[in-house]
Amino acid sequence: MPERQQFSTFLVDGLFFGVEVEKVQEVLRYQQMTRVPLASPVVRGLINLRGQIVTALDLRRRLDLSERPDGQVPMNVVIRTDDGGVSLLVDEIGDVVEVDESTFERPPDTLKSSARAVIRGVHKLNGRLMHVLDTEKVVNQDSEGKR
Amino acid sequence: MDVQDDIVKEFLVESNENLDQVDRDLISLEKEPSSREILARIFRAIHTIKGTTGFLGFAKLESVAHAGENLLSRLRDGTLALTSEITSALLALVDAVREMLLSIEATGQDGDGDYSSLTATLSRLLEAESKSGTSSPQTLASKPTPVPSAPPQTKAQPPCASPSAVTSEAESTCPPQPKSKAEPVSASTSAPLGSFFCNTGHVTEQQVASALEQQMDGDPRHVGEILVEQGLVQPGEVLEALQAQKEARASVLSSGNIRVDVGQLDKLMNLVGELVLARNQILQYSARQQDPAFLGTSQRLNLITTELQEGVMKTRMQPIDNVWNRFPRVVRDLAMSCGKRVRVEMEGKETELDKTIIEAIKDPLTHIVRNSVDHGIETPEKRIAAGKPAEGRLFLRAFHEGGQVNIEVSDDGAGVDLDRVKRKAVERGLITSEQAGRMSEREALNLLFLPGFSTAAKVTNVSGRGVGMDVVKTNIEKIGGFVDIQNKPGQGATLKIKIPLTLAIIPALVVTGAGDRYAIPQISLLELVRLEGEGVRQGIESIHGAPVYRLRGNLLPLVYLNRELGFDDGSADARGSDLRTLDFEAAIKGHEAWKVRLREFLDGKGSFDEEEVGRNDRCLLGKWLYSPKVQQYRYLTILKQLEKAHTEFHQQAKRVIVVKRSNNADQAERDLASLATMSGDVVSLISALRKTVSENAAVNIVVLQADDRQFGLVVDEVNDTEEIVVKPLGKRLKGLSTFAGATIMGDGKVALILDVMGLAHRASVISELRERGLLEDNKAEAADDRLEEQQTLLLFQSPDDGRMAVPLSLVTRLEEFPCSEIEKTGTQEVVQYRGSILPLIRISALLTERRRKARRAPGRPASQDGKVQVVVYSDQERSIGLIVDRILDIVEENLSLQQTSARGGIRGSAVIQGRVTEILDLESLVRTYATPPPNKSAKRKRGSENA
Repeated sequence: MPERQQFSTFLVDGLFFGVEVEKVQEVLRYQQMTRVPLASPVVRGLINLRGQIVTALDLRRRLDLSERPDGQVPMNVVIRTDDGGVSLLVDEIGDVVEVDESTFERPPDTLKSSARAVIRGVHKLNGRLMHVLDTEKVVNQDSEGKR
Repeated sequence: MDVQDDIVKEFLVESNENLDQVDRDLISLEKEPSSREILARIFRAIHTIKGTTGFLGFAKLESVAHAGENLLSRLRDGTLALTSEITSALLALVDAVREMLLSIEATGQDGDGDYSSLTATLSRLLEAESKSGTSSPQTLASKPTPVPSAPPQTKAQPPCASPSAVTSEAESTCPPQPKSKAEPVSASTSAPLGSFFCNTGHVTEQQVASALEQQMDGDPRHVGEILVEQGLVQPGEVLEALQAQKEARASVLSSGNIRVDVGQLDKLMNLVGELVLARNQILQYSARQQDPAFLGTSQRLNLITTELQEGVMKTRMQPIDNVWNRFPRVVRDLAMSCGKRVRVEMEGKETELDKTIIEAIKDPLTHIVRNSVDHGIETPEKRIAAGKPAEGRLFLRAFHEGGQVNIEVSDDGAGVDLDRVKRKAVERGLITSEQAGRMSEREALNLLFLPGFSTAAKVTNVSGRGVGMDVVKTNIEKIGGFVDIQNKPGQGATLKIKIPLTLAIIPALVVTGAGDRYAIPQISLLELVRLEGEGVRQGIESIHGAPVYRLRGNLLPLVYLNRELGFDDGSADARGSDLRTLDFEAAIKGHEAWKVRLREFLDGKGSFDEEEVGRNDRCLLGKWLYSPKVQQYRYLTILKQLEKAHTEFHQQAKRVIVVKRSNNADQAERDLASLATMSGDVVSLISALRKTVSENAAVNIVVLQADDRQFGLVVDEVNDTEEIVVKPLGKRLKGLSTFAGATIMGDGKVALILDVMGLAHRASVISELRERGLLEDNKAEAADDRLEEQQTLLLFQSPDDGRMAVPLSLVTRLEEFPCSEIEKTGTQEVVQYRGSILPLIRISALLTERRRKARRAPGRPASQDGKVQVVVYSDQERSIGLIVDRILDIVEENLSLQQTSARGGIRGSAVIQGRVTEILDLESLVRTYATPPPNKSAKRKRGSENA
């Protein structure tokens, strides 16, 4: 029997993404943020998550997608990391989907390089593709690049 | 197994504490070798270790401790005199024991180190003395003591029943016996031994009393001995009683103290931090509540939290002595190895600090102390030659001040040789020789903190490896502290450290910049300055574009928070930071929108509350106009005019509606037309207000200390001080040196904590060392073009009552010297200024020739109350002081030279404030008139030779 995996899904600029369920700490509605001057534009701000300070990253910016239209508030997908929680700002939260290993495929070479680093591949679902996000790279790599 | 582990753990903790004490005791023993008390304490500590290790089966440790114990027992008995060789051997013993304890802690075994040479040394010292000494003492009475009138043990104790009597007899009669009868017990016991005999029922109180009496009559023996001799008790019973006494004592101690795991305390501290945040939020919330019961409860919560916070903080506090107590040993060893004599003195040992801080400063402080001994204090010969006592003095001082701890390490050594420091820095390529030449004393001292710098002539095992002061500085700064050196050549140096009491919860000042709040740790805060109205225009000046504020005569560089954080668009409000909180655009838009609504209403669309039309405070503009933010400019007439125009506008609007109701269409249209004019007035008045406010906006300056420099941080608003809990930023944001962390404010929002050092670096407040040269080159270059631009001029009176001016940007400082301080070298008047000689030029004298022709007025002394006003100008290497009669004003003028001058020292004339004013040419004055002062040129020459 092939191994099945659960993914927590969300939409960013019309694209369908998934993150392994066990990496997601929680999903939150829009939270008030304190902007961080001088930080990379990907860092949208800091959120007070029950006394813990969580950095919020804009996935649209992280993936070089278009800016979120005015008036549309992002949702928070809080990812567990060694360094505490990090929130990914996404457009819309989807369901938890269970996928089969066999539907996975590595990204094609034509994928833009900036996104390539953080997209591990896609799962071919019925009617659409689910991008599998490499959360560690999403959280870390950008800061290395900027330095 | 677990039980065994626990015992070992307990043993390790206890032994380490004992060893620390032994270290201290050995050092003090060297100073007063005859102190029986100290010797007894050392002996007991080593004895206990030996006893327990035997029991736990650490054979090697036991044998080493045993050798030491033998030596110590001789010392204690007085059959052996303490020599520095013995002290060194004993210290080595302590080190060896420590080493083995470490190994036990790590591996559970006492390690495979070879201590045979140490044991041999210890026994040799013992043997040597035994041979040369008199007969080996067998009994207490027969052994020679330094104080023959009474046995030492009894001398040190009151002549009552003492527990050490029996033990000491046992120890001294058969010293090499490892398993001696009983643990020695401290002299400072709580209950006399006699009472324990009584309690066990073996003897009566009377018998004890008679034994005591016998002792008082001169019997040198102790109560236990006497009782045993009288056959009243068995020796075994004496031991039992001793044991009981010891336990009683132990329980007294343990009931007062418990050991707590530090991790537990850290957890507690974190929880209290969270509680403080929750408290802050409740307080903020309660400010909006009316319910007295709730208010009372939240007030109580506030008080309890504060007390709890203090209480928990106290549990983590440790006296600085915990770090200091190893210094006498460190200094002794180091001084011996470099052939110096150093005395350590301490003041404020009991000053308390958070445990984490104690840990953090341990190494830096040790390094500083070693440095002082190694580099600072000279050898006895040199000291005597310099007329100082042969023994150097190292002085440690700690005290609380303003919620911070100050630690000072000073020595009376040679001090820092600045020339050597500079030379070294040039050699290492850290600075150029040119830079070295014009470096101030302070800057030269700061070179010591550069990475890779070391002045040690030769690399010793102590210092001189080039890692050092920079690490010290970094480590101290890491915990939010400052380091500063004060140097008196030939007399010593003092290193001052300032650190916060604790790291977890700190008091901070909350400010607003570009709409966000930021917390500034109070430790960096010096003062707050608020400039209003005229003060803004006069207070803030600029040195070639760099804004400065004159704070009590000193120029304070200004840093604009918004600009540093990248929010400033570089527009109008370089000075008026309040401006951005007043949205003039929105006010105008609000007014326009209201007009549209009125128009629609008149056209029969939409609705309008008639009541509101006539009111001047219901529309958007009105609300804005009467908000406190705008009302703080009440004093501006333009605001009054705007308010009036706005009120009239609304009255007119009401009239329009009334007229409209009465169906007088023509009149209504006419009134409407006048309403449009009035509206135009209102809008133009808003614009005018904006302009005035931007000129008069209050400026909040937070004066901060970064390193040895001060700077003023201009913020939009100063909110409040608050206790904040520092939370680290995520990995992603660690690279931002501008922020030290984040915290959660009372309203639950996150606020960033500014890192004052990082901010200062970012704003280049403290990178001056490397960049100043460049800056000054630019300055000189720019000076030529600048005479045509708008600039700030310093106006002063010339000797013949004319007016003269210099661009303020060229003025380094304004000083006032008493006439008595003016000295003469040849014909040149000079004054001692900041460690060098400043040549003074009297303008009258300078322009003598011309003046004489013009008015035959000899240079009269330009003095006022025995003081002279001096304008100091420095070019790259030289400084001159211009003595002026009177400083008149500082003006901002669009300067255009009307008449250029061919005369030396004068650039030309211009009309300023309606009067003809001569503009001095400072550059040429320095070039043609002031020769470089001799001491400086000498220094430069030396510098270039080295390069």
